[in-house]
Formats: sequence, C-alpha cells, structure tokens
Amino acid sequence: MIEPATAPSESGTSPRVGDAVSMKGVTKRYDGGVAALGPLDFNVRKGDFVSLLGPSGCGKSTALRIIAGLSAPTSGTVHVAGGGRSIGFVFQEPTLMPWASVRDNVALPLKLARRSRSDIEGHVESALARVGLAEFAAAYPRELSGGMRMRVSLARALVTDPDILLMDEPFAALDEITRFRLNNDLLALWRDLRKTVIFVTHSVFESVYLSRRVVVMTPRPGRISAEHRIDTVEPRDEDFRTSAEYAAYCREVSAALSRAAARP
Amino acid sequence: MTVSAPSAPAGREASERDRRAPVARVLLPVAVLGAGVLVWHVIVQVYAIPPYVLPGPMLVATTLVRDWPILWQSLLTTLLTTAEGFAAAVVGGIALALLFNQSKWLEHALLPYAIILQVTPVIAIAPLLLIYLPQQTAVVVCAWIVAFFPVLSNTTLGLNSVDRNLEGMFRLYGASRLQTLRHLKLPAALPYILGGLRIAGGLSLIGAVVAEIAAGSAGAGSGLAYRIAESGYRLNIPRMFAALLLLSVAGIVIYMCLAAVSYLMLRRWHESALGKDN
Repeated sequence: MIEPATAPSESGTSPRVGDAVSMKGVTKRYDGGVAALGPLDFNVRKGDFVSLLGPSGCGKSTALRIIAGLSAPTSGTVHVAGGGRSIGFVFQEPTLMPWASVRDNVALPLKLARRSRSDIEGHVESALARVGLAEFAAAYPRELSGGMRMRVSLARALVTDPDILLMDEPFAALDEITRFRLNNDLLALWRDLRKTVIFVTHSVFESVYLSRRVVVMTPRPGRISAEHRIDTVEPRDEDFRTSAEYAAYCREVSAALSRAAARP
Repeated sequence: MTVSAPSAPAGREASERDRRAPVARVLLPVAVLGAGVLVWHVIVQVYAIPPYVLPGPMLVATTLVRDWPILWQSLLTTLLTTAEGFAAAVVGGIALALLFNQSKWLEHALLPYAIILQVTPVIAIAPLLLIYLPQQTAVVVCAWIVAFFPVLSNTTLGLNSVDRNLEGMFRLYGASRLQTLRHLKLPAALPYILGGLRIAGGLSLIGAVVAEIAAGSAGAGSGLAYRIAESGYRLNIPRMFAALLLLSVAGIVIYMCLAAVSYLMLRRWHESALGKDN
C-alpha cells in the first residue's frame, strides 16, 4: 500500500478525510480533581500504525479508552471514522470469559450484534485461523498459555472486521520470546488487513519495532511531547530488530522519552 | 500468567500425599464412626442403661427397620417441605438479587428487611406463621425464610464481582442489559450462586424441622421432626434416635447432591472445581 501523503502536521486538529481518529482539545479529569490527560490534539491516518509511548500513569490508556468510548472526556471532541462499531479493542489482560470456550469467547462480539449462527461460525473460524489457534477452538481459557490467551483476545478483536484496532499494552505481561513472536504476528496481520492500529506501550523497543509513528507522551497530565516517524524497509522482521537503524531509532525515541519525563 | 514449579522433592512429596488423601478422607471418618458406635454400645452394655434413657446402637437399628413404614412416610413429608422451601429460596433469592442489581433504590428499600428476616430466629417466628397460615404453607415459609438469605447475599456478591474489563468489553460491543445479564453477569455469578445453594440446602432442612416441631404441638403433621417430638412425649427414645439418624443422613445427602451439581457445572473453568495440578 502506498503511504498517505505526509501532511505538514500530523497532529493537526480538524477531522479530515482519511483520518481514522481525530481528537481535539481532549482532557480527562478524575472525580478527585486529578488531571489525567491533555489537552490532547491527535489525529491518526487510516491504515497507519501509531504507538502511544509514555511512562506508567501518563494517561495513554485513558486516551485509548476515550477513543473506544469506554470513558467520556471531560472536555474536547473525539471523532472516529465509522463510529464506535468499527473498533476492536485488545485489553492489557486477555479479558476472556473463563466459563466459555475459545470459540464462544471469539464469537461474543458477533453474538452481541445478533448475527446469525452460520454467519458467526464462519467469522470465528477465520479469526481463529488468522491467529493460529484453529485447533484450540474447543479449549477453555485456563487451559491455554498466556500468549495463546492473548491471541484469543486478538481474534475476538478481529472477528467483527473492525477498521480500527486499539491495543492497550497487550503484550506487557508476556515473556520476551512470546512477545517478540506476537509482535511479528501483529505486523503480519497489519500488513495483510491494513487496519488502523493504535498501540499503547511503555516500551521504547516495542513501539519502534511495530509502529510507523511513535507519539511520545509526558507524565500526568499526559500530553504529546514529541513524534517520530519510523521509516524503514517493509516488511519488518527480526533483521530489523537487530539492525543499527533500529538501534538508532530506539536511541532517538528514548532520548525523546527522557526529555518528556523531565518536563515539569 | 507464570506458575512457579515446586522443587522436585517437595513436588514428589505432595503428589504422594495427594494419592493417599482420597483414601484417608473416606477411611478416617468411617473409622471414627465405627469407634464411636462401639464405645456407645459398650457403655450401654456395661452400665446396663435402660433403653428409655439411652438405647444402644443395635436397638436403634432394629427400630429403624421395624418402624420403617412410619419413618419413611415422615421422611418423605419432611423432604417435600425441604424441597419446596429450597426451591422457593432459590427462585426468590436469585430473583431478588437480580432486582437489587438492576435498581439500587430497590436494594436500599428492601435489603434491611431481608436482613431482619434473616437475623430473627425462625423458631420464634414459626408459631406466629402457624396462626396466620395453613400449616403446610407455614412450614414451607419457615424453610424458605431460613434458606433464602444465603442465596440472596451470595448472588448479590457474585453479580457485583464481574470483571471490570469484561464489563467494558460488553459495553464496547453495544450489549443490551439483558445480554449483559445473560452472557456476563449470571455466568460470572454462578460459582457464588452455587455456593449459596449449598448453604441453603442444609438450612431449608433446618427450617422445615423447626417449623414441624413448632407445628407438632398443634397436633397435626407427620414429618420426621414431628415424629421426634411425638416419640419424646411417649418416651419412645429408640424411635427418636432412628428419626434423628434419618434427618442427619438426609442433610448429608442434600449437601452431597448440591456439591456434585456445583462440581459438574464448574469443572471446566472454575478454580474451586479443579485439581491442584492444572
């Protein structure tokens, strides 16, 4: 796919054609009066892979929940192309129903949308196949490893064929080997399906490896402090992870993160 | 999730203990029972205690066989009362908990009365109920009063223990209230509800017995508890013991049935129904 024409300011403010998500002046203040977020002005182009990178508690998860409609902003406007129905969400925990089989867990979004049984079956099969869990459809979540559970969670987010995939530190709790493998699988999925991905992480290395655009956030209240484009040869693979180019990007983003954290 | 494997010697020890555990868990109580019955028998024989003070175990057993037609009928009556009270408690407790879950106002308005009903001793309410209600109804109501609270409070706890992220996910996919209830809240509350049922099963038997004893003085009824009271008046102590034995067995069977139901419904997914190894 051809990269969309680079706009002068990618964090522009007004919703434009070609934007999957745009947020304008979004803030979040909790009941106790603690300012958690913003003001945040933030646009994501359709088909882009954007990471929100910041220290714990910087409000990046809150921003994601606001985009998903799970949390209401205190002020500001959020525009999501296609409305909330076009969103798939992957939580930090696999968030599976322990009483339901893998198949039923993945089928849930379609069942809630009252789709027909035959329709559901086909979509569930293909979503499970896509994450490589076709033969585990009848298993229960507790019978699976942490990485497999996260794959189920991913299949559930994909089953409605959403345009936008929101991921809230999905691999943070996994061991490094599993995380690397899931990173590669996610990149392959993104290349195949060309969905817009907004990926929240606190790992510089993960954000550089996965995304085409890294948005660095300041500590609470979270604001955008810097942005980095990761332009490299696609498709990315393990060679990229060990390349000098990757190391340079990581150094650059790390420095940006330190600067963001140092800001009062 | 990471599970730290136990070190080898500790693991082997544990598995040996696990293998012996089921045998010990059956044999130990049986051995205690045998010893108890033996001591009972010896004491009655040695001190030549008359049967109207303390009948020996053999006499209780023969009474059980001889009076079986009467006791069996009484057992059925008591079990029917228990089952009716239990069913009413399950339906009432779960329904009320669902209502409370949907409306906080209703909960604030009614919960105090549910608690009052629970903390007032049923033995003190039973005579009143017997005045105002037909006897069979009064007895069932007593069983219900005792048994419904654990169902209510456990179901409420379960409905409030739903994973927040799962709730968010249901919201994200636009689930209706009914869908959330059916696909999320009820399954999540199931282990708690089943725990409540286990308590309620035994309690409805207690409620039935209490009400029968209270009703027994009015002269009617033929439940096991009534047989105990009646035998007491007639100094038929062996039959008292036989009826008491039947009541205990009934309680144990009720508990075991409910535990089995709970196991069967949860074995695929809930921690409580899984072995230590998985």
